[in-house]
Amino acid sequence: MKRKIITACFIIVCFLLQATVFSKLQFASIRPNLMIILTSAFGFMRGRKTGMAVGFSCGLLMDVFWGGVLGFYTLIFTVIGYLNGSFKRLFFDEDIKLPLGLIAGSELAYGLIVYVCFFMMQGDFRFGYYLIHVIMPELVYTILVTIVLYQIILHVNRKLEAEEQRSASRFV
Amino acid sequence: MKIKNQNTLPSKYVLLILVIVCGILLGAERFMDGGGPLSWVANYTIVPMQKGISYVGTWMSDLTDNFATLSDLRKENEQLQERVDQLTIDNTRLNQEQYELERLQELYKLDQNYGDYEKVGAHVIANNGTNWFNSFTIDKGSEDGIRKDMNVLAGSGLAGIVTEVGPNYAQVRAVIDDESNISGMVLSTSDLCIVRGDLTLMEDGRIRFENLPNNDNEIQVGEQVVTSHISSTYLQGLFIGYISEINVDSNNLTRSGYITPAVDFSNLQEVLVITTTKEDLTQTDEAENGGE
Repeated sequence: MKRKIITACFIIVCFLLQATVFSKLQFASIRPNLMIILTSAFGFMRGRKTGMAVGFSCGLLMDVFWGGVLGFYTLIFTVIGYLNGSFKRLFFDEDIKLPLGLIAGSELAYGLIVYVCFFMMQGDFRFGYYLIHVIMPELVYTILVTIVLYQIILHVNRKLEAEEQRSASRFV
Repeated sequence: MKIKNQNTLPSKYVLLILVIVCGILLGAERFMDGGGPLSWVANYTIVPMQKGISYVGTWMSDLTDNFATLSDLRKENEQLQERVDQLTIDNTRLNQEQYELERLQELYKLDQNYGDYEKVGAHVIANNGTNWFNSFTIDKGSEDGIRKDMNVLAGSGLAGIVTEVGPNYAQVRAVIDDESNISGMVLSTSDLCIVRGDLTLMEDGRIRFENLPNNDNEIQVGEQVVTSHISSTYLQGLFIGYISEINVDSNNLTRSGYITPAVDFSNLQEVLVITTTKEDLTQTDEAENGGE
């Protein structure tokens, strides 16, 4: 229960930061994507179901506040959370390469899907421009933020896990 | 949320269920106006928090503004005083012309006045968090009389249009958004054009215009572009921006180029929402015409 509340807090705080504070911290009118970091991180740390739940909530928030169509971001983020959850077996706390790789991959997939659905479908084929000016800068900035945010998530996750283990061993 | 608690269900089925839910949501959007119950929930959870953060942000930026030096302020005050004098002179002249215009309009029985729309002020409390779109959230919603398709001004120019309304918040799509499409008019020659936001220009803060007829009317850089009379959602005569570049298209029939918007979208804090929509105006017109 405590874990759920903390996860919900993470989602809401990151969402608020992204919509308000990070619009002042833009580099070349690009802001990082905190929602993808959350979805991806919770996915490979806690498994498919948590990944999906976090992805679903993040996507729903984005749909209500930023999206034109309800359900679009929800769908993308749910699937991204699920796919990241599949990598739980490969995940170790000490290794930062896998998290960075997965978050970068998710971010790239997200960028490509948004481009294809909202721009290419409308006959806008300047893919090279969008790749260089939107998708790649966002990717780099997101990874920079990941290095900080991921440590926080990891730390909180470790504490929670230690706590859960303690309470579990008390019952045994 | 019930699904999440059933730990026995394999995750691929959960994924399937969630995907179907998303599919239903995507389909339901066609029949539902806005977020429906979701926007109501969001209104009482997320929006108050966004308001809080945005007020703290405004307070902090005000605080930094306080450190502006006295000499700067004096200089600015002098400049502003000069401007006030200039504007007073202009205003007198324009007033005279206004009387003349009114008299002539009366003669022609043209009594529509486009200048005086009723407006409501609102604060910008959040931006769009994605890099693909440019919209913002304001702190007024349907309870304050905001409706979909209302035009939003910032300063002297057009900022955007309301696309979604919740009880206490509303989403505004900015003029520079990639999905924005406005029928515009060059003020001096009354030639119509299409003003279209473009993601590739968003960084420079410019927008494109196209389909301006390549006729004998000479149009210079720096001329004003306003919303046209044929637009179905934008009211007539709202100032969009100044032409910054104009070229003849390769087909020799039309001209296109770039507009510098009158609104600075990088630092938007207060906006004015016009509480009359174009639909209202056209409907009352039709009603009047039907009565005659």
